[in-house]
Amino acid sequence: MNDIGIALQQAASLLASAEPSLVTVVLLSLEVSLAAVVLAAIAGAPLGAVLAICEFPGRRLLVVIFNALMGLPPVMVGLFVYVLLSRAGPLGHFGLLFTPRAMVLAQALLVWPIVVALSRQAVEDLWVEYAEPLQSLGASWWQAVPTLLWDARHALITVLLAGFGRAVAEVGAVMIVGGNIDGVTRVMTTSIALETSKGNLAFAMALGFVLLALVLALNALAFTIRQRTMPHAG
Amino acid sequence: MRVDLPARTSTLAAASPAAPPALVLEHLHYARAGQLIIDDVNIVLSSRARSLILGPNGAGKSVLMRLCHGLLMPTSGSVRWAPARPVRQAMVFQRPVVLRRSVLANVTYGLRLAGVTRIERRARAMDALERVGLAALAARAAVLLSGGERQRLALARAWALEPEVLFLDEPTANLDPASAAAVERIVIAIHEAGTRIVMSTHNLGQARRLADEILFIDQGRVIEHVPAPQFFTAPGSINARRYLEAELP
Repeated sequence: MNDIGIALQQAASLLASAEPSLVTVVLLSLEVSLAAVVLAAIAGAPLGAVLAICEFPGRRLLVVIFNALMGLPPVMVGLFVYVLLSRAGPLGHFGLLFTPRAMVLAQALLVWPIVVALSRQAVEDLWVEYAEPLQSLGASWWQAVPTLLWDARHALITVLLAGFGRAVAEVGAVMIVGGNIDGVTRVMTTSIALETSKGNLAFAMALGFVLLALVLALNALAFTIRQRTMPHAG
Repeated sequence: MRVDLPARTSTLAAASPAAPPALVLEHLHYARAGQLIIDDVNIVLSSRARSLILGPNGAGKSVLMRLCHGLLMPTSGSVRWAPARPVRQAMVFQRPVVLRRSVLANVTYGLRLAGVTRIERRARAMDALERVGLAALAARAAVLLSGGERQRLALARAWALEPEVLFLDEPTANLDPASAAAVERIVIAIHEAGTRIVMSTHNLGQARRLADEILFIDQGRVIEHVPAPQFFTAPGSINARRYLEAELP
């Protein structure tokens, strides 16, 4: 109990002094996870919208698969990307393994099904209302998709936040493909895991608080955005 | 907000030079989940009249209009235009759907899909909003509009497209009397600007005010297609007579 008290105090002072090694780790975490969410959004949201409104053979199967992949274990994604990027792998000659780019790729793959499945849901909800008017105006599916994504924008912000939360909090994938190299690929979660096992609870807790605060701040931001734009949303 | 539009003039106005092609329904059937909803409809709508579709709930009014507009595909039979050519058409629904954007953007959206240039879009949209009395609200988010304003926005979106034929599916069913009256005035104005009107309603007073001809539909069949005065004074079928007699004073 006393240990925890001391660790908390040390964590607070680490945060207050903006310890450089702490800042590096936090910034890399943010960079990697943001880039991953952006990639996942670009590749995921339009696909989700297409799954919501287009009828084609295999659509239901895809919907079920993407829903299931939301619970994909990060270590599995890590392993998969590791195999892809390893020297003998199909993308080996790019030399991406143990770089932040590899981590972005792994997290993007992890978040992608979340973006697809949740944006499909959001667009499907809107489509109930929009289907007839849009068809009446002569919109084809490729015209309807951007319309629906734009008009579901507030729901999609929540989707992207869920994706970011998942990315920034996972350990398994970035640990495997990043290697937790100090100053290069060390992020908050891998750092917490390492420092805890080394017995450096203060550093681990300080990072834990940053992680928590970050997730809280982002959710507050999303909430504010939605509040402010509500008149335009409905 | 008042909508100032010209009062109804006598009969079939002919503002636009070319009449739209006739709408020809032949042996039209539509079934859903094994149940026949439209049962062998054969009619031709050829005049520029205001055609009002009457009939009890579940008679198939909405489905018939969706088939005519092309939102539903017939199970058998055909819907075609004669002479065959692409016809500019639009539809206004019972529950007006507004896009999550500004009032103006709701109208320009339809024009963009219709291939109208950006500059012309804005002018035409503002013009349409002016005509339905929503110009002052052009910049407002459409979801903030009241039910009556939303329906007028839907009418502006349709009108901006300058359709040759406009379908309206019980457009005043959810509106208060003042909003319903505004919608009626707009429908009359759209008609006078040269658009053929095909509209369903449950409001017999409204049908009397608006109809040039009546299509009475019962159990998926069009059992009367007659001029309005004839329908209201001497309905030909026992079903129509019963329907009219059921009206509350």
